[in-house]
Amino acid sequence: MPLRIAIVGVGYSGFDSMTPGLSTRELMFEAASRAYEDAGVDPRKDVQSFICCTEDFWEGISITDEYMPDQLGAVLKPLCTISSDGIVGLATACMHIMSGIADVAVVESHSKISDVLNPDEISSFALDPIYDHHVNADPRFVAGLEMTRYLKETSTKRDHCAQVAVKNKKNALLNPRGVHGANLDKDAVLNSKVASSPLTELESSKTIDGSIVFVLASAAKAKKLSDDAVWINGVGWSSDTPWIEDRDMAKATYAEQSAARAYKMAGVQNPATYFDLAEVDDTYSYKELQSLEALKLAAKGKAGKMVESGTFDRDGRLPVNASGGSLGVGHLLEATGLHKMLEAVLQLRGQAGRLQIPRAKKAVVQSWRGIPTATGAVAVLGN
Amino acid sequence: MELSQKITSYPGHEITPEDMKEGKYLDVVYKFEPKYSWAAGVAISRFLAELKEGRIIARKCMNCERILVPPRMYCERCFRPTDEWVQIKDTGTINTYSISHVGTDARRLKIPILVAVVDLDGATLGMGILHNLGEVEPSKIKVGMRVRGVWKSSSERQGAITDIRYFKPIGEE
Repeated sequence: MPLRIAIVGVGYSGFDSMTPGLSTRELMFEAASRAYEDAGVDPRKDVQSFICCTEDFWEGISITDEYMPDQLGAVLKPLCTISSDGIVGLATACMHIMSGIADVAVVESHSKISDVLNPDEISSFALDPIYDHHVNADPRFVAGLEMTRYLKETSTKRDHCAQVAVKNKKNALLNPRGVHGANLDKDAVLNSKVASSPLTELESSKTIDGSIVFVLASAAKAKKLSDDAVWINGVGWSSDTPWIEDRDMAKATYAEQSAARAYKMAGVQNPATYFDLAEVDDTYSYKELQSLEALKLAAKGKAGKMVESGTFDRDGRLPVNASGGSLGVGHLLEATGLHKMLEAVLQLRGQAGRLQIPRAKKAVVQSWRGIPTATGAVAVLGN
Repeated sequence: MELSQKITSYPGHEITPEDMKEGKYLDVVYKFEPKYSWAAGVAISRFLAELKEGRIIARKCMNCERILVPPRMYCERCFRPTDEWVQIKDTGTINTYSISHVGTDARRLKIPILVAVVDLDGATLGMGILHNLGEVEPSKIKVGMRVRGVWKSSSERQGAITDIRYFKPIGEE
C-alpha cells in the first residue's frame, strides 16, 4: 500500500545571493510564518513534531538544534535536528506521523551560506583526514573525478553536460526564485573557466541563502486542513560507502537505491512514463544526467542524448528541473531537497505561475547531499 | 566496582612525546579554520547599536505583554511578530550566579570568574542578561542582590555585549 502523507503547507524566504538584513533565525521565522498561513495551522497548538535539517559547520555554532525552536513556534515541543538533506527530514516527519507521535509535523531547512566566509574549508573538512585530505584543491575535484568516469563509461558527449546548464539556467529566468537564471549557449558554458576538469564554472551550481518550511499531515488531518494537499506516496534514502576510491564513480548508486525504494512504496512500475515532471539533483551539470539514469527516467548512457533532443525541456515529454534547478535557482545546502520539493508542490497545486506545466499530477523529486558524499533521497508525489 | 579497577597496565607500547618528535608514528596535524560573518539580524543589530550608546533595548509582544530581552522580532510563546522597542534599565537583580574556578583550558583559575544571570529592571520578570560580576567579594554574592551595569566609556564602546564591563552591587557605589 502506498505511503499517504499530505503536504498541507509550504513557505519560503530568502532566495538571494545574500540576506544581510536578516539573521538565520529571522529568515526562518519568515518562511515558517508563510508555511503556517498556507496550511492554516497554529504551530503552538496544532503541530506535534518539528524537524530541522542543518549542519553545525554551516551554522558556525555547535548543537544547532538548540537554536531552532523559537522561530518555528516549537518552544517546549518535540524538535530534533537531522544533519542531512531536507528530503530525509520529510521522511522522518512521515515516520513521526505514521507512528502516531504526530498528526501534523513541520520540516525546516535553510542555507545562510552568505554568513560563511570560506565554505571550501568546510567542504574540504568532510574529506577523510588521514586518507584523502592530502589533496589540497577545491573539493570540486571529486566532481571532476565522477564526471570523467561518467563520460568515459557512458560515451556521453561533453556537449550534453553543457546543455543541462543551458536548459536549467534558461528555465530559471521564468522563476521568481531563479537567482542564477541566464540565457547562455553551450559554447559559453563550455568556454567558462574550468573548475576541475572536465567540469566548468557554469556547470557548477552556486550557493544562495534561503529557508524553506513544509507542513505535513496525516490523511485524516489533511481532510480537515486542506483542499489542495499534495501527497507523498513514496520516499527512500540511501548512503554509499564514503571511500571515494571504492565506489562506482560513473553512476549515482545511492539515487538508484533511493528511487527503487520510493517507487516500490508508491507502486510505480514504469518510471520512464509515469511522471509528469521531475526535479532532480543538478548540483553539477553531469549530476542531472547521472540522476536521470539512476531514477530510470533515462536508460544508462542515454540521458545526454535525451537532453540534447529536448525530451527534458519545459515543453518536452518529461520536464526536468523546469524550475531551473540548482544550476538556475541556486544551491541551498541541506535545503536543496526541500527547494526541489517546493517547486514540485507548486506545480502539482497549479501554482507555478509562468513555470506551470499543464496537467501536472505526478512528480518525482531527488536530492544529493553534495561533495564528497554519496547520499541521496527520493520522494514520489501526487495530487 | 569500577570496571577499570582490575586493569593495571594496557597491552602494547606506550607512545611517548619523544616517539612523536622522532617521527616514529604517523601524526596528522590539520588546523581547521572555518570563518564566519554572521548577520546579526534586525533585533540584535539594534540591540548592539543601543549598547554603543550606553542603553539596553528590548522588544514587547502586545499579545502576551512580555518585554523580551535579548530582543527578538518574534515572540516564541505566541508565535507572532513582536510589536515595539522598549528601553529598559541597566539595573537589575541577580537571578542566579556561579563562581567559575576552571578556565577553558581546564586549568585552575587564580582569579575566579563571576558569572551571573541578571533580571533587568523594565524587562518581564525572569528575563535579563548573562554577564560577569565585578567589584564584589565572591563570598558576598547572593541571589536577589541588586546590581548595576558598569559601562566602558563612550569612546571605548563598539556595539558589543562587552560594552558593559560587568555588573556590580548597587549598595557598594
